[in-house]
Amino acid sequence: MIRIDSVTKRYPDGTVAVDRLSLEIPDRSITVLVGPSGCGKTTTLRMINRMVEPSEGTILLDGVDIQQQPVNTLRRSMGYVIQNAGLFQHRTILDNIATVPRMLGWGKEKSRARARELMERVGLDGALAKRYPYQLSGGQQQRVGVARALAADPPVLLMDEPFSAVDPVVRKGLQDELLRIQEELGKTIVFVTHDIDEAVKLGTMVAVMRTGGHLAQFAPPAELLSHPADAFVEDFLGADRGIRRLSFFPAAGLELLTAPVVPIDATAEQIAAHDTTDAPYLLVTDPDGKPLGWSEPQDLTAGDIKAEELLPCGRPFVPGTDSLRAALDCAVLSPTGWAVAVDADGGRVTGVVSQQTIAEAIRGAHAEGREDDGRPEGPADMKVAG
Amino acid sequence: MNWDRFFDIPSDLQHSWFGLIGLHLREALLPVLAGLVISLPLAQLCVRFRWLYPPVLWVTTVLYAVPSLAFFVLLIDYTGQTELTVMIPLTVYSLVVLVPAIVDGVRTVPQETLAAAKAMGFGPVRRYVQVQLPIAVPAIIAGLRVATVSSISLVSVGALIGNQGALGNMINDANIYNRPELALNAVLTMAVLAILADGALVAVRLLLTPWMPRRTSRRTTRKADRPDPAAAALEDAVR
Repeated sequence: MIRIDSVTKRYPDGTVAVDRLSLEIPDRSITVLVGPSGCGKTTTLRMINRMVEPSEGTILLDGVDIQQQPVNTLRRSMGYVIQNAGLFQHRTILDNIATVPRMLGWGKEKSRARARELMERVGLDGALAKRYPYQLSGGQQQRVGVARALAADPPVLLMDEPFSAVDPVVRKGLQDELLRIQEELGKTIVFVTHDIDEAVKLGTMVAVMRTGGHLAQFAPPAELLSHPADAFVEDFLGADRGIRRLSFFPAAGLELLTAPVVPIDATAEQIAAHDTTDAPYLLVTDPDGKPLGWSEPQDLTAGDIKAEELLPCGRPFVPGTDSLRAALDCAVLSPTGWAVAVDADGGRVTGVVSQQTIAEAIRGAHAEGREDDGRPEGPADMKVAG
Repeated sequence: MNWDRFFDIPSDLQHSWFGLIGLHLREALLPVLAGLVISLPLAQLCVRFRWLYPPVLWVTTVLYAVPSLAFFVLLIDYTGQTELTVMIPLTVYSLVVLVPAIVDGVRTVPQETLAAAKAMGFGPVRRYVQVQLPIAVPAIIAGLRVATVSSISLVSVGALIGNQGALGNMINDANIYNRPELALNAVLTMAVLAILADGALVAVRLLLTPWMPRRTSRRTTRKADRPDPAAAALEDAVR
């Protein structure tokens, strides 16, 4: 565990970058430091590997003051990833990744074998091994940066706005990759970002910092969204924190209707048997059960349903893995106001659900959240993708 | 102009044409090498202690402004009419190009690359040798090209202290024996040497920097060429 104990960083000109900050960073999880620029989050991160020395206070790594060991030994035991990757432009991708193992005296062959293993782990094509950084895209360079930081298998990984300089699509890919790698490796990761969405997505714990180096709130992301400590945190979370909080409630509990689902080869009886009081629309599926589109019952002629005349059904959600936020999004985007649920493996329709039903589920989840007051770990455990 | 005697070197020069070329290259290149050896640590000091750079730049520039003849007068008491008397000023002159070239080259290393190196546990020496210098190679070579070419042309002033100008001595002899073809030979040979040395340095750069995008490398080359070294060399030689 990394324990930051009332640490202050004051520069000679009197500026206080970090003000009596205390944080306990739990092992094998991602702790995100987030805040506006000038809040001291990067300074805090850099004090952990002594790129910046604190003016007051101590930082303990597994109970030992980090001042106790030689600075370069400390740094080699911590992976470090920065914005724009900071790769060595004069070395090949393989040699970049092998840097720290080589310095630790692993030998050329062993270091390179390890580097190849890591390229695979971070999702880089082995053919890139002999390339130079300028030949890679920004996203690929950042993957190399992560691989390089992991090369000597350090227990701690420090990441300073690593994904800020890549476009949103690549960023999402890198974030998902980081979560996957973390699932496999279980590092103690300290992650700095100014993007609250990134913080909420990646963090097991999120430390919101405010200008002047003060800690505003330290909590799991779900608690942050449901109970911001003060107006600053609330403001920083943005206007749609209510919607974003829905990411933490699974869609699995939604009551799905199967009655309005008919196959494309439906008979006249099947269409007529449909009860329009529950749902005014029918969802037509292909023979495999995959969704084709919506239609009003009277527009359907048995034996002559044309897929191209149906209303589009939009993007479906998967109740097992998606959140209420994803379900609500599907319902809002659907022309009929109904969301389509499919199974994870085949994309076959498992049912449909209305905006109303989702709204009831949200009310229910919020009521539960209120009962959880004082037990903040509750919503965090329910964190689901999407 | 007597073309038949183009390669007929007067005996007072004590060397064949090839001998003069060898002598010329030694007198021109050793000072550049010595300049590089002095510049590398000096430039690193200038990068580490920023306040040091302006005075160093000032001193090298002032030294460059001292005419070579003045240097010879000062040195001749100590080193006599030897090659060394020619090579010491040339070494000093090379600093005015090499120090800024290395400092600028080292400074072009991106901040995040340095931060990454530091965070991976690179000490200052390892950082300089393994990260900063290799990345500064294109700038250093650009500096070496200018220094080498100007040094090749400047060697000829050694003729002023009696037969220490290598190919430059031929210009002197051209005057004495009224044989203009010798002067033409000297100038052309020096120009060819300068062009070849320049080409060799470009080849070294290409070998050392497989990591450079080719398009950018061409741009760097053009920038380095700005005071066109070959033309400058010819001008110097004529002077």
